[in-house]
Amino acid sequence: MNNLPITFIVTALMLALFFFLIRYDRLRATTGHIGFFKRNGGMVGTYLIVGVGFWMLMTFLMPMVFMVDLSFHHKLPPSKVGGPEDVYTLDNYRMFLFGSKTSMDSLNWLHLRSFFMTIGISILLTLLTFAISYPLAYYMAQAARMQVLRLLLLLLIIPYWVNDILRAFAFRIVMAENGFLNTLLQGLGLTGGPIDFLGQNIALYVALCYSHLLIMIFPLYNAIEAQDHNQIEAARDLGAPWWHIHLFVVMPHAKPGIASGMTLTFMLTAGAVATPMVLGGPNSLWFTPIVYDRFYQLFDWPQGAAYAIVLLIACMTFVFGVLKISGLKLGEITK
Amino acid sequence: MNQQKINSALVGIYLVVFFIFLLGPLLVMAVSAFNTPNYPQVWPIEGVTLDWFRELLHDQEMLEGLRTSVIIGISVSILSVAMGLAGALVMTQLFGTSRAYYYFLVVAPVLIPGIVLGIATVVFWRDFTGLLGLRSLLYNGTVLTILAQSSFVSSYCMLIILARLQRFDMSQEEAALDLGASYPQVFRDVLLPYLRPAILSSMMLGFLTSFENYNATTFAILADKTLTTVLASRVRMGSSPTISALATVIVVLTIIAALMFEWVKRREQTRQWKLQKDAQASDQLETA
Repeated sequence: MNNLPITFIVTALMLALFFFLIRYDRLRATTGHIGFFKRNGGMVGTYLIVGVGFWMLMTFLMPMVFMVDLSFHHKLPPSKVGGPEDVYTLDNYRMFLFGSKTSMDSLNWLHLRSFFMTIGISILLTLLTFAISYPLAYYMAQAARMQVLRLLLLLLIIPYWVNDILRAFAFRIVMAENGFLNTLLQGLGLTGGPIDFLGQNIALYVALCYSHLLIMIFPLYNAIEAQDHNQIEAARDLGAPWWHIHLFVVMPHAKPGIASGMTLTFMLTAGAVATPMVLGGPNSLWFTPIVYDRFYQLFDWPQGAAYAIVLLIACMTFVFGVLKISGLKLGEITK
Repeated sequence: MNQQKINSALVGIYLVVFFIFLLGPLLVMAVSAFNTPNYPQVWPIEGVTLDWFRELLHDQEMLEGLRTSVIIGISVSILSVAMGLAGALVMTQLFGTSRAYYYFLVVAPVLIPGIVLGIATVVFWRDFTGLLGLRSLLYNGTVLTILAQSSFVSSYCMLIILARLQRFDMSQEEAALDLGASYPQVFRDVLLPYLRPAILSSMMLGFLTSFENYNATTFAILADKTLTTVLASRVRMGSSPTISALATVIVVLTIIAALMFEWVKRREQTRQWKLQKDAQASDQLETA
């Protein structure tokens, strides 16, 4: 139970910062304020505090802080936790970088390659997903008639709620060696023999793109729909070519939607567990199965926590990168 | 004119290809559930059978998974709406830097990969329940999964409720207070009825999200089983038409749930639209 006090202290500090900020805002405010309980009444006020408190502290902050703390520990049997051997260490991160806890001679190419491949491919897939989604989102938002729009929205909703494993399974049936697509291609005489979609990871990439099309489309659609069609007409009347209209009229307006779709798509692609598990070829090296193995194959939780944090840092970097490039605020992309 | 025709033809082709890509795989899977060979096969169709669906009904593991999934789904949707509502209400009472800080914290769960949340929940609650001496009671897959899913489902709920809350006319609340209502009364009789549609749709969204979630669940579920984790282990063992059959059932159920969700949302939108029109009409009368 040694690690819990640190978690409590750090969480309490974050809480203290929050109350300090409230105090600070109040001192700067020009208008008078009403006290929290006076404003809400006793019962509702208590509900608000308990509700937000439980949510933030119990399900989010304390687990996250604890995980960070755990990643700096050794794997120890319960009896030795808190004992003299329970010291802080960078071993778990060293393991990720060098593949060994002691030597720093060679890099851990297996895991590093997997990590960078995952991030790189996720970025490419995010861009591809955007390229596929954008025309449809634009068509639905600005060009489609009402009835067509209703139908398209309905058709989009259906696969949206089908879960990841079933999507991946469907792709396995379609793209297996003796599956539907190969039968079809050979039947049409387009290919001589079966193509190994699974072994080459093609099925994995296609399914990852497929799974997140809708995550991309809905924010895009909402953002483009908010634009006044007259602006596009005006640009056209002034003689702007079509790509000019999209690049300089529609996209700047839809920036929050684009940023929001891209962030979510990237996060879900890089963090996908089910799809690589079902569709990954023998040489597939998605990062999440490696994290999973730390946990439930090696049972080395501290190391698993360290690997999860590496993934978390990559995702946060992407989010803040997108915010920086687009010049948006967090609140604008999470609508 | 000709250019326009080419354009609309291109759009047409694009739409068709897109929706074949989107719905094709699901259709193929559904067809394989009715085909007789005991490997999920689409073509040639060797015979139409319902055996794979019948087999499903006798699958104890899957039925148990389904039960756990429903329990978790209902708990998550109730818990998340309660916490998300509180989160949204607190947001409206914060300003300046504390609001930005708070916003970052309550939105963060959406931007964090599910596996990270799942892992954090498991490692923290193992020790925390030990400290409380409640490990036998609380440290089990179902409870942990509810907690892990709630952390980000609550964020979704909060965003939905917040979107509606931002259109709330504060003068309604002031009017009620001026007329002598107490704060709890205003909350119960003015604010909650106004938020009801958002609460309802976030509840359904919460259930659907929880039901189909795998990333956080696979870490937090421990020895218990939900439908998705049973499904995952089956799929890993090898393809079988039973999985196709189950998938078909789930897809059909999902479609029904999704349609219901859409229907509720749309009904609310029309009502909203009508109210707005009425208000406009009465405005015009007043000015006239």
